[in-house]
Amino acid sequence: MESLRIHALTMPKWGLSMTKGQISSWLVDEGSEVGPGIEIVDIETEKVTSGLEPGQAGILRRKTAAAGAEIPVGGLIGIVADPSVTDTEIESFVAEFCSRSIAIPESEQSAGPVPQQVDIGGLRLRYLAQGAGGPPAILLHGFGGDLNNWLFNHGELAGNRVVYALDIPGHGGSSRLSGIRDLSGFADAVAAFMDALNISSAHLGGHSMGGAIALQLALTHPDRVRSLALIASAGLGTEIDGEYIEGFISSSRRKELKPFLDRLFANSSLVSKQLIDDVLKFKRIDGSGAYLQLIADCFWPSGRQACVLRDRLSTLRMPVLAVWGSEDRIIPATHAQGLPEHVEAHIIPESGHMVQMEAAGKLNRILQRFWSRAEN
Amino acid sequence: MERKISFQQSINEALSQEMERDSRIVLMGEDVAGGCGGDGKMDAWGGVLGVTKGLWDKFGDRVIDTPISESAFIGAAFGASLSGLRPVVELMFVDFMGVCFDQIFNQGAKFRYMFGGRAVTPVVIRTMIGAGLRAAAQHSQCLYPMFTHIPGLKCVVPSTPYDAKGLLIQAIRDDDPVVFFEHKLLYPILGDVPEEPYTIPFGEAVCVREGDDVTIVAIARMVHVALQAAARLAEDGVDCEIIDPRTISPLDEDTILESVEKTGRLVLVDEASPRCNMATDIAAMVAQKGFEFLRAPVRMVTPPHTPVPFSDVLEDLYIPDAAKVIAAVNELVSSAKWKASASTR
Repeated sequence: MESLRIHALTMPKWGLSMTKGQISSWLVDEGSEVGPGIEIVDIETEKVTSGLEPGQAGILRRKTAAAGAEIPVGGLIGIVADPSVTDTEIESFVAEFCSRSIAIPESEQSAGPVPQQVDIGGLRLRYLAQGAGGPPAILLHGFGGDLNNWLFNHGELAGNRVVYALDIPGHGGSSRLSGIRDLSGFADAVAAFMDALNISSAHLGGHSMGGAIALQLALTHPDRVRSLALIASAGLGTEIDGEYIEGFISSSRRKELKPFLDRLFANSSLVSKQLIDDVLKFKRIDGSGAYLQLIADCFWPSGRQACVLRDRLSTLRMPVLAVWGSEDRIIPATHAQGLPEHVEAHIIPESGHMVQMEAAGKLNRILQRFWSRAEN
Repeated sequence: MERKISFQQSINEALSQEMERDSRIVLMGEDVAGGCGGDGKMDAWGGVLGVTKGLWDKFGDRVIDTPISESAFIGAAFGASLSGLRPVVELMFVDFMGVCFDQIFNQGAKFRYMFGGRAVTPVVIRTMIGAGLRAAAQHSQCLYPMFTHIPGLKCVVPSTPYDAKGLLIQAIRDDDPVVFFEHKLLYPILGDVPEEPYTIPFGEAVCVREGDDVTIVAIARMVHVALQAAARLAEDGVDCEIIDPRTISPLDEDTILESVEKTGRLVLVDEASPRCNMATDIAAMVAQKGFEFLRAPVRMVTPPHTPVPFSDVLEDLYIPDAAKVIAAVNELVSSAKWKASASTR
């Protein structure tokens, strides 16, 4: 039982494979006023380092884990509480918390949601569902990514609804489209996915190329899209880092690939060994390179976006959100400017193209607010 | 899509998918189909430990049982490769390779060089290595250093199911002779392996564990021994980085040197006999190219220079284990002598 006055700060579960995290460094001192929106501790996982924000405002009363400590998912990191809470109360809360977590067997701790797959007319789509209730939301990752791109968002966003993260065709565990002419093949696959899971309409969130797919679906099937969130989205202007696209496709070794992956983040020290290895694993599968090239030739020939849907945003009736990282080196943040009036636009400072990872807490709050407003 | 399969299954799957893709690929070896003299229909063996089981059913005559005459069928494989086939030939235990050294060392490995690049010999020789199966001195060696010594041969020593599949497919598609060493104790281990075919380039080491205090370079099964040691050392606050070269010819020197530059300490874990093995080779390379990075001497964890004993007790003593790796690491990180030299760097 967690009292409302004492908030336990625990190790989050960011992504399927995470079982523990390391306290990289504390960003605030004990006694500081903290709350949602304030990153108070950097946590390093196998994949990436990210900041953790408390779910509740208060004073950081205790750091129960020192920098360098490895803490299992769900383990206690610190205590946030109101100043009126006495030290004795905090001590007994910590003692009780620790005795409880020892009792949880490891097998239960590591049990988490598992990706599933669905076959739609010969196309296999892999997805991960988290949360329950509705209305549902669907997240679409970008070029060369997979559903793990949402590891810092998925669990958080699924607090009060079911959220599906989908591998777009030819990525992650989803099979490839037989031909690529335009965005409609991808958008149709998402619509067929919704049919297969009996989702009549959903909030759609897309990152980069996934944003363009979501936008295409909103244009062709407006009744299926309750709201549209475009995150560092393709399709809103002609500029794109053509060198990145080319380098991402052609690099076959870790050392060649890393400088290109660095461009995805404002702070490239976030690119971990594991992140690079995961991308290489995907790229080394037979036909992946050719498929990525096919996509690039279709959507971004000679380093420009060929498929720009900006003018058609004004025809959309559902709520639309555009979010960008100010330091995006792949698709410039200027694409979030000058959009039609009904589009809610945010530019998050000090974040790059992978804004959903680099500014996860901020983006999660923006999306949650946007979705609940769209429902009222 | 990834799923968990064994090291053995991943090799079988790589062979099956490549044979499906390219009809020039043939499989040869002792008992790889139904056993010599049989008609193959039973598909009973699939090699001595069953690695190629099921392939005769799928590919029939392209899976060829050979007589127990290594010099003949290894020679036949190189000849077949010159005529346009791409043979994958299984030579049960690396220990038997001595009878066909001429075909490998002096014929197959030399053709491309001596014919000015106009002849290619795309042959993969799969063979088992390693002690621990109570198989005695003639079936337990790790002779990969001998092949690494020969220019013209590529040498692959995978340690995980994922690497085994990707490296074997790469080996089959390579136009040069490749010797693919399979540690027999690794066959049952499980790992995540994509269903689809994929390749891993030669000459790219993998860092299987990141750490700051000491670099451990380990080969084949010794990667797992090093991981056990590192897990126990971590409890004492010693943070090991483990590098698996994956291919020893070509060797990814850069990844090893970069790691030693970071940690300043190097331990090599090699199951091959201690003289002229990969441990000595990599130690010499680091001494030549990264001496300034070292803050302590290099340590090697290898078996003693004896044949592999048949006695269970002695065989267990012979094989490098986690305790020996821990002792070597501790000597480097906790000795006051090396600490003193580190502080004066």
